[in-house]
Amino acid sequence: MSKKINQSGTYYWYALPGVAAFLTLVGGSFAYNIYLSFNNWQGIGKPEWIGLKNYQDLIHDHTFWISFLHAFEFIFAMSIAPTFLGLLVAALIYDFIATYFGNAISTFLRISLYVPQIIALPVVGILWSWMLSPNVGVINTILRKIGLSSLALNWLGQSSTAMLSLSVMMIWIQIGYTVVIFVSGLSRLDPYLDEAAQLDGATWFQRFRIITIPQLYPELSVVLLTTTVAALKVFGPVYVMTGGGPGDATQVPAFFSYFHFFSTLRVGYGAAVATVLALILTVLAIGLLRLQRRVGATR
Amino acid sequence: MSVKTKKGVGPYLVLGGLIGMALIWLFPLYIAFINAFKPQTEFVKYGVLALPHHWDISKFGKFWGDVDFTKKLANSLQISLLVAIIAVTLSFLTAYAIGIGRVKGRTWILGFFMVAFTIPQEALIYPLYSMAKTLNLYDSIWSIIIIFGVMSTGFGTYLLSSVLTTFPDELLEAARIDGASPWRILRSIVLPLLRPTLFVLATMFFIFTWNEFLIPLVMLPSNNNQTVTLSMAITTGQYTSDPTARAAAALIGFMPSVIFFLIFQRTLMRGITLGAVK
Repeated sequence: MSKKINQSGTYYWYALPGVAAFLTLVGGSFAYNIYLSFNNWQGIGKPEWIGLKNYQDLIHDHTFWISFLHAFEFIFAMSIAPTFLGLLVAALIYDFIATYFGNAISTFLRISLYVPQIIALPVVGILWSWMLSPNVGVINTILRKIGLSSLALNWLGQSSTAMLSLSVMMIWIQIGYTVVIFVSGLSRLDPYLDEAAQLDGATWFQRFRIITIPQLYPELSVVLLTTTVAALKVFGPVYVMTGGGPGDATQVPAFFSYFHFFSTLRVGYGAAVATVLALILTVLAIGLLRLQRRVGATR
Repeated sequence: MSVKTKKGVGPYLVLGGLIGMALIWLFPLYIAFINAFKPQTEFVKYGVLALPHHWDISKFGKFWGDVDFTKKLANSLQISLLVAIIAVTLSFLTAYAIGIGRVKGRTWILGFFMVAFTIPQEALIYPLYSMAKTLNLYDSIWSIIIIFGVMSTGFGTYLLSSVLTTFPDELLEAARIDGASPWRILRSIVLPLLRPTLFVLATMFFIFTWNEFLIPLVMLPSNNNQTVTLSMAITTGQYTSDPTARAAAALIGFMPSVIFFLIFQRTLMRGITLGAVK
C-alpha cells in the first residue's frame, strides 16, 4: 500500500516538463497579454498603466465591432454551412456511393473534397486571389464565356463582394474536414435501426433526418466546436488576400489586433482586442461542451 | 443501406452530382497546374482556360532560385520535424501521468490544457515576441521550434490522455505486482503499445506546424530563416504582373503538402477521426 502511494507521487515528475513549459509559455504569455491590455505602450520603454481605457476605447471603435461581425459571418461560412453540407454529402457517399458503386469511388470523392484542407491557408489564399483577379482571373473568364459579363466583378477589390468571396472560399476549404469526420462517424452506427425504418417504408431523407443525424450528435458537436473556434481565429487568408480591406470590409479581430501590435504600435490596444477574442472563444467553447454534455445526458 | 434494393435512377443522380462536386473542388488545382506550365505568350493569346501547347518548366526554376526555395524547404523540414518530436514527447509524458499514473488533480490539469487550446495565438503573440527579443531568440528558427513544441502539447495531452485512460488495467496491475517501476512500465508496456498512436500524432503536428503562419510571420523577418508557408505568402505578391508565374509559385507552394498527404494519407485520416471521437 505504502509503495503504491509512493509511486503515484513519482508520476507527478512525468507531468512536470509538459505542464511547466506550457504554463510558462502559454499561461505566462496570456497573463502578460491581459496585463498589457490595461496599459498604454508603444513596445519600447515602460508601459503606462491606464486601467480600462483601452476597453472603453474599443466600445466606441467602429472597426472593432465590424471585425467581430465579420468573425460571426465566418462562423456561418466555416462552421454552420460546411457542417450541414458535409453531413448531407457524407450520408450520400456512405448510403449510395459505397453501397452501389464501391469503395474506390467513395475514396476518390472523399479525397477530392479533402484536398483543400491539406494546403496551408495562406497558400490557398494566394491561389484564390489569383483565380478571383478581375481581368485575367479564371472565374471572371468563365463568367464572360457563359454570357454573364455583368457578373464579372472585381470580387476582392470592392466592399460589397469581398466578404462573400472569402466566404465561398472558406466553404470550399472546410467541407473536406466535415465530410471525413461524418463518414467515419457513419461507419460506427448500427445499421439495424436504419434497415428497420427502411422496411417500414421510410424514405431516405426521413431516415437521414430522424435516425442518422441524432446518432451523429457526438461528431456534430466536435465539428461545430473546432470549426467555430477556427472561424473566430481567421488571420492568414485575410492577411494575404485583402489586408482587411477594402476599407474595413473584411476586417477580422485577429488581423485587427495584429495591425495594432505591429503597424500602429498601440500594443495595449491590440492586447485588449486579443483578450476580448480569447474570452469570447473560451465562453463559446465551454458553452458548446456543456451543450454536448446535456445532449449526451438526455439520450 | 445494406438492404439492397434494385439500383434505380436515384443512385446515378447522386453519383453524377457528387462527381460534379468533386470536379469543382479539384478545379482550382487543375487550373493552377495548367497555367504553371503555360508560357506567358500563350496565356496572353489563348487565356487562362486553354491547355498549354508547349509545356514550359522554366518558371519553376526561376521561382525556386528567386526565393531560395531549397533553404525554405530545409527550414520548414527542420522546424516541423523537431516540433513533432518535442511535442509528442512532452504530451506523452504528461498524458502518462494523467492516464496511467492517475495523479491527483488530473481533471484540473486536463481542463487547463483544454481551455488553453481555445486561446488564440493573437493573445500570445506580443508577449512571445518580447520574450524572444529578450532571450535573443528573435529571428531564429529555434523560437518557432520551442513555441510550437510547447503549444502543441495542449491538443496532444488531451488526445493521448483520453487514449491512455482506456489502457487495459490488467497489464498495468500485473506489472505493478511484479514490482515494475513507473519508468519500466512506460518503456516496456505503454510505449510499445502506443507507438502507432504517437506516430499519428507526430504526423499531425508535422503538418500543422508546416502550415503555421502568424507566429513565423512575426518571429522570422529575415529571408534566410523563413518557412515555405511564410515565404509563399509574402513573396507571391511580387508576381502580379505575370499570372503564369503566380500559378507556378502557388503550385510549388502546395506541392510539399500534397506529397506529404499522399504519403501519410491513412495515418492522417486516422488522426483526424481519432481527435473527433476521442
